Amino acid sequence: MQDMMTWGQIIAAIALRLVPVWLSLAALFAVSFALKRRLGLYGRIFDSPVGMIGFGMVMFWVFVACYAGMIITHDPLVQVSGMKNALPGSPVKGVEGAFYLLGGDHLARDVFSRVIMGAREVLKIAPAATVVAFMVGITLGLPAGYIGGKLDTSISFGSNLVLAFPVILLFYLLVTPEIRVTWIPTVLAAILFIFPVVFLTILFNSRFFTNPKQRNLYVGAVLVIGLWAYSGLAFNADPLGIWSMDPNVLNVFVSVVFVNSPGVFRIVRGMVMDIKTRDYVAAGQTRGEGPWYIMLWEILPNARGPLIVDFCLRIGYTTILLGTLGFFGLGVTPESPDWGSTINYGRRLLAIAPHPAVVPALALMSLVLGLNLLADGLREESMKD
Amino acid sequence: MLFFVLRRLGVMLLTALALTFIVFYMTNLPPNLEKLAKSEASVRMADDAVASWLEENGHGGPVLLRYAQWIGVAPGWVRLEDDGTTRGRCIASGMAPEDAPTYCGVLQGQWGYSTVFKQPVSEVLGRSVGATGWLMLWVMVVMVPTSLLLGVLSGMREGSRTDRVLSTFAIASTATPEYVSGVILIAMLASATAGISPLLADWGWISGKTLFQGTATSAMDDITFWNFALPVATIALYGIGYIARMTRASMTEVMTQQYIRTARLKGVSFKQVVMRHALRNALIAPFTVIMLQFPWLLNGVVISETLFNYKGFGWTLVQAAGNNDIDTLLGCSVVAVFVVLVTQLISDIGYVFLNPRIRLA
Repeated sequence: MQDMMTWGQIIAAIALRLVPVWLSLAALFAVSFALKRRLGLYGRIFDSPVGMIGFGMVMFWVFVACYAGMIITHDPLVQVSGMKNALPGSPVKGVEGAFYLLGGDHLARDVFSRVIMGAREVLKIAPAATVVAFMVGITLGLPAGYIGGKLDTSISFGSNLVLAFPVILLFYLLVTPEIRVTWIPTVLAAILFIFPVVFLTILFNSRFFTNPKQRNLYVGAVLVIGLWAYSGLAFNADPLGIWSMDPNVLNVFVSVVFVNSPGVFRIVRGMVMDIKTRDYVAAGQTRGEGPWYIMLWEILPNARGPLIVDFCLRIGYTTILLGTLGFFGLGVTPESPDWGSTINYGRRLLAIAPHPAVVPALALMSLVLGLNLLADGLREESMKD
Repeated sequence: MLFFVLRRLGVMLLTALALTFIVFYMTNLPPNLEKLAKSEASVRMADDAVASWLEENGHGGPVLLRYAQWIGVAPGWVRLEDDGTTRGRCIASGMAPEDAPTYCGVLQGQWGYSTVFKQPVSEVLGRSVGATGWLMLWVMVVMVPTSLLLGVLSGMREGSRTDRVLSTFAIASTATPEYVSGVILIAMLASATAGISPLLADWGWISGKTLFQGTATSAMDDITFWNFALPVATIALYGIGYIARMTRASMTEVMTQQYIRTARLKGVSFKQVVMRHALRNALIAPFTVIMLQFPWLLNGVVISETLFNYKGFGWTLVQAAGNNDIDTLLGCSVVAVFVVLVTQLISDIGYVFLNPRIRLA
């Protein structure tokens, strides 16, 4: 019978498991520091201590998600008998030299390995959903702010409608097993996923339409790859079967994008209404540039500072939303190691065994905190312009 | 001004109609109705039996008509049974069909019957909204003064050490969603095996096993500091950071204004400048933010009530949604939509009143 590990040993063992992460972080920081004057806004993060700490925390979790397969000590789904609610540092029964570094959960699985694998679940969905939400928000927000009038009124009404919904009620309506047999998730996905394709097509077309050869190349590439991915992701009808999404994940993804895009829309619209009064926009109009060119190549680049800051904040917010979904057991399979549902299962035994819930709670908090600090650092640095 | 308020009211009414229709549509999707039929009548019903049960109980027909009946602007359905009795939406059991009202919907105060709680929805909602009212009240009492104080203190002298410390705290609190802070608070303060409670019990400072109670179920009858502090703190923590940051931003902006500099140069003390000149102008923006926090507070309420097992509005919503209790879920959403829209209206009108620079035709 082996002894329990002390807290010092546990921390040392975890730090040892994370060696690939430390090495990658050190390499990334060394390279970025050396080249920071040549890297634009990214390099300027390293001028602000707050931004650097935040960036470090975010990249820590990104690397953890990348190397998750190497870091974990046990299979996150395997249950070992006798390890139910085991305390942190308990030796695994019957296996020499194996420990549950952060204890076992209510089904006798390793909490440490589950948290590490959970990072992968979260980082797979949150940034991608935020990117799609941004594409939707930008594609709708630019014309609403630039053209205004009836178009603006109607899109704004729709976005206020979504914003007035209490998020949890919306999730309870949108992310249920019953809704998967109806048309709603597919139609929502069909509407939301077309926006990235439309955005990129207009982006390249408005810039290169004077040079048909180049235009045809870019727009053609976007259309081929975009529509191929679109058919697979939204309708699960990819002829080659490369692009596909589990219906559960699709449901979660679509609802998170749906909740996020009105917020982006509001920010973009507000900024466009401010920027369109500038002289360089008037100059573009006088030159005879088309409205989409002015929106996408004159206004949008000048709105990038606040948008990048909001992007960081919004990934954090999306992480919180995904955690909320997991906390209510919506749209995830019970075995899934994502942080929200781990907290949900852990909370029921909180009075006796707090560690299965506290560990993923701290993990989620540190990731969101890192994103918020990074956003703060970016905001400070971009204001110095 | 009057025109502005009327216009806002019109948009609000339209929004309320659209939102309730969406909720009605989503809760009355065919799979949900099928589940309802199977739970109300018999689990092993064939598909055609389900269809006829739904038809007989007023769940057939176009969805707009059913929505209008639920709202109370279309006459409730009436059906003549084979045995000669008449049943209908508005005919309660034991009531003669002739005495029944024609319209019975939300507008007439008929909110339906809860299949989970076996009570009329209005009673369920009345009880749970009352319980949540207390929770919200204490959250507001804790959250608003704390966050305004934090924001004003850190915005008073931008870049000072106080500012850095308080801003870091504010960022950390916005990064801690309710389900995280709740779990950590329980583990630290209300767990018999971890945190500070075992220590305190060892020293004999507390008589029970834990310092605070991990559930707030007893607060339904009697609110005490020990059973209510944790749920209130859980909700308030998330909001404090956000409101404090908004207050700080508005305070720093005000502190750079010309009139503040003039007052300082005339020799008014810093304390007087902050209290007399800056504070009123700096608190306009946070007022809007606090009002717009209500939709978020609803979120927090749902999470906190689930976590602490406090049987209020949020708990009821989760129970109704989890058990396919359509009438209760609809009732909950009416309340939620109402709260959100009214606070939006108050924030719009209040903003115009507080800020003399905005004049509406």
